[in-house]
Amino acid sequence: MGLTSKLGNMGVVTVKLEDAINWSRTRAMWPMLFGLACCAIEMMSTQAAVYDLSRFGMELMRPSPRQSDLMIVAGRVTRKMAPVLRQLYDQMPDPKWVISMGDCASCGGVFNNYAIVQGVDEIVPVDVYVAGCPPRPEQLIHGIMMLHERIKQERIKDWA
Amino acid sequence: MNLVRGFATTFKHILEGPVTVQYPEQERPLRERFKGKHALKRYDNGLEKCIGCSLCAAACPADAIWVEAAENTDEERYSPGERYAKTYEINMLRCIFCGYCEDACPTEAIVLEHEFRLSFNDRRDAIYTKDKLIDPLPAGVEGTPRQTEPGVYTRSIPDMKNPD
Repeated sequence: MGLTSKLGNMGVVTVKLEDAINWSRTRAMWPMLFGLACCAIEMMSTQAAVYDLSRFGMELMRPSPRQSDLMIVAGRVTRKMAPVLRQLYDQMPDPKWVISMGDCASCGGVFNNYAIVQGVDEIVPVDVYVAGCPPRPEQLIHGIMMLHERIKQERIKDWA
Repeated sequence: MNLVRGFATTFKHILEGPVTVQYPEQERPLRERFKGKHALKRYDNGLEKCIGCSLCAAACPADAIWVEAAENTDEERYSPGERYAKTYEINMLRCIFCGYCEDACPTEAIVLEHEFRLSFNDRRDAIYTKDKLIDPLPAGVEGTPRQTEPGVYTRSIPDMKNPD
């Protein structure tokens, strides 16, 4: 985002509306607590003191879908869990984003069998896929930064 | 007394600085044996180490590797020996970075290196082809495919050392 002009004396900053909106969307993006398997451990570690997601305004892992903007699908999704995942996604208010964290959520990973959904993009639209088994906290943060970059590219005229 | 002991632990940490690593600007050092993105290695003379035997694909527990081999000729030589990998693809979203491919490789061609920033906007971007995996050529060396003299590179594994 760029501050397009600055009038020093009056202390007024002007900025494009879409930049301001995109900036505010990236800086207070509350993720939903949706840990399903071992990736959840790394997600907790990302949230903890050493990596500290609250630096990006993401300190609150909301257990309620109504209050969250970002769903981090951390772990393998079983066929039984799939309707639950979709329902939680539908309950999230717009705008909402999905990060598929780890191999199992992205494409099934090693669990190529009838019980596991082969990629959560069968159920929900995924914005960023994070590779790794499980990904390091740095990798998850890299995925989140990539999502932020993508949100900053959004334009008001494209909003439906 | 227990109260004092409990608060002693709390107060001890007051004077400590924050432990947070400011990740995108500052990074924790990785361990020597960290396994990240793969690299296909070359010999010092620029020939590829991979001989297209597909042992890595057989060892892979996640079926993330796809290898197609083709014949080397002296006019178009990629690697020492009979065959080379024409197609070498790794699906980074399927790979679990276990390093079995590294162990299985008879020529030590595939090595898991320290690059870990692997996030994708699209699942298709996660399939890394040979040109993304292979190491750059050493300086001042002719690339592959190249023309070589007949009868020099007949063996695929020259005792695990760099051929002359």
